[in-house]
Amino acid sequence: MNEIAHTEGEVFHTEDMTLSVGPQHPSTHGVLRFVVRTDGEVIRKAIPDVGYLHRSIEKIGEKVTWHGYVPYTDRADYLAAMFANQGFCMAAEKLGSIEVVRRGEFCRAIACELNRIASHLISVGTFGQDIGAITPFLHALRERETINNLMEEICGARLTYNYIRIGGVGYDITREICDHITEFLDHFELIVDEFNRLLSYNKIFIERLANVAVITKEDALQYNIVGPNLRACGIKWDIRRDIPYSVYPELEFEVPVGTGEKGTLGDSYDRYMVRIREMQESCRILRQCLKMMPQGPAIAKVPRKFKPPAGEFYARVEAPRGDMGFYVISDGSEYPYRVRIRTGSFTAMSLVEKISHGIMMADLIALIASLDVDAPEIDR
Amino acid sequence: MKVEAKDIFAKTELRFPEKVSGFKGDVFEPYFQIEPQSVVEAGRYLRDEPGVQFEVLSDLTAVDLPKENKIQIVYHLYSYSQRHAIVLKVDLPREEPHVSTVENVWKAANWFEREVFDLFGVNFEGHSDLRRILLPEDWVGHPLLKDYVEQEEYDGISTQREPLVEKLLR
Repeated sequence: MNEIAHTEGEVFHTEDMTLSVGPQHPSTHGVLRFVVRTDGEVIRKAIPDVGYLHRSIEKIGEKVTWHGYVPYTDRADYLAAMFANQGFCMAAEKLGSIEVVRRGEFCRAIACELNRIASHLISVGTFGQDIGAITPFLHALRERETINNLMEEICGARLTYNYIRIGGVGYDITREICDHITEFLDHFELIVDEFNRLLSYNKIFIERLANVAVITKEDALQYNIVGPNLRACGIKWDIRRDIPYSVYPELEFEVPVGTGEKGTLGDSYDRYMVRIREMQESCRILRQCLKMMPQGPAIAKVPRKFKPPAGEFYARVEAPRGDMGFYVISDGSEYPYRVRIRTGSFTAMSLVEKISHGIMMADLIALIASLDVDAPEIDR
Repeated sequence: MKVEAKDIFAKTELRFPEKVSGFKGDVFEPYFQIEPQSVVEAGRYLRDEPGVQFEVLSDLTAVDLPKENKIQIVYHLYSYSQRHAIVLKVDLPREEPHVSTVENVWKAANWFEREVFDLFGVNFEGHSDLRRILLPEDWVGHPLLKDYVEQEEYDGISTQREPLVEKLLR
């Protein structure tokens, strides 16, 4: 024992420390930075510093045509480009009163659900990696690679798809690709169980995450947390079910919510588990879509010079990072007057400052990983 | 029972006479206007009133309208419990636009308002931490304004680039 600390009348002084975590840190999932004030290992406050990946996608929207903007939306969130495509196209279709062809809607649902699985795989894989388990990451990425191959078959791109177009989709999903997707699903459904054995029900993993960085229902509503993070707090809210769009009302699927099974409701483990269960639900949706897909064209006839009448619409899609909103205003010209992209990571990040108070330094990493924030989506 | 947008407007108008106006219900997203000075009280009322209960601020953004010489702040509200939505709009003058913060009504407004401050230059009075969020602290101008001109260089680095096509043609 330290003698000085025990001498009578002596006080052992501690001092607050200010640390800079990031912008290059393996667990920040892109480029973002935290200014952390700590007392020893306990965080007093972690202030997020974002904006490193700001590309002003919203301004670009005012400079390019309606069709031309679709590839830019890919870049809003590179892990879930399909949803940004769909959000913008839904807004444009609503403004231009264009009906999406039915086969196109099913192609969209298939592509989106595949994309959701891919995105959640990255999320749960890096989750393990961030807190020190490397192996599950490789398992997750192996499966994601198959999805990337499928995506390449569907639309020729592996990451920035530009697949969903105004009025439908760019390319039809052929019989052959459907078979490949079925093949993948047969394989993947077993993999989820394997992944659960490997990581989800691992004792060390559970103890590391249960009761860590709890988000209460009140905070989730106040800070407008969306998507899996919201559902992990026990609020059953899914845009696909509650503000239905596309073909989702015809499909049967569950909305997994957090139950606090290993600790407190809304802890990091709940947020992790919701994503695992959502992947299983996505598989269910995919199987139904493949069965129900009708014949017909994949895209409606939309004029090249697309000029929707003046108006505005706020389109919501359920992206892997939650409610993605596209607030699009048209003034009747060839270019959108204003495009606003509201993303799930942005609001999730604003909550970090509050939740980080009083948690351990190492738990900050678990918190960021469990929120599944994606830097390009925050900064746009 | 689903509450219609026009009922929400009627309720709000009853509570804040002459502060709200311009209800438009025959559009995709029904909206009405609010006077800038009563946005906080109206927000709190819409959040807490039973049957209305807009507990979530889905989005807060701005639109620059130089032709009408105004900047419009747009609030997208949503209620998970009642399953309805409404859009509030606040018109501000383009010269020195300022409005009270709704941060104390919905915490999510904190970052949304910082973003609007950053990209539109709107001042939110009473905001706890009004700093630029996406752009660097020393950036000049607000990019999403329609008449924005990019500064020629930042930190000694030129922001201009020669067009690629001309280079190839040469």
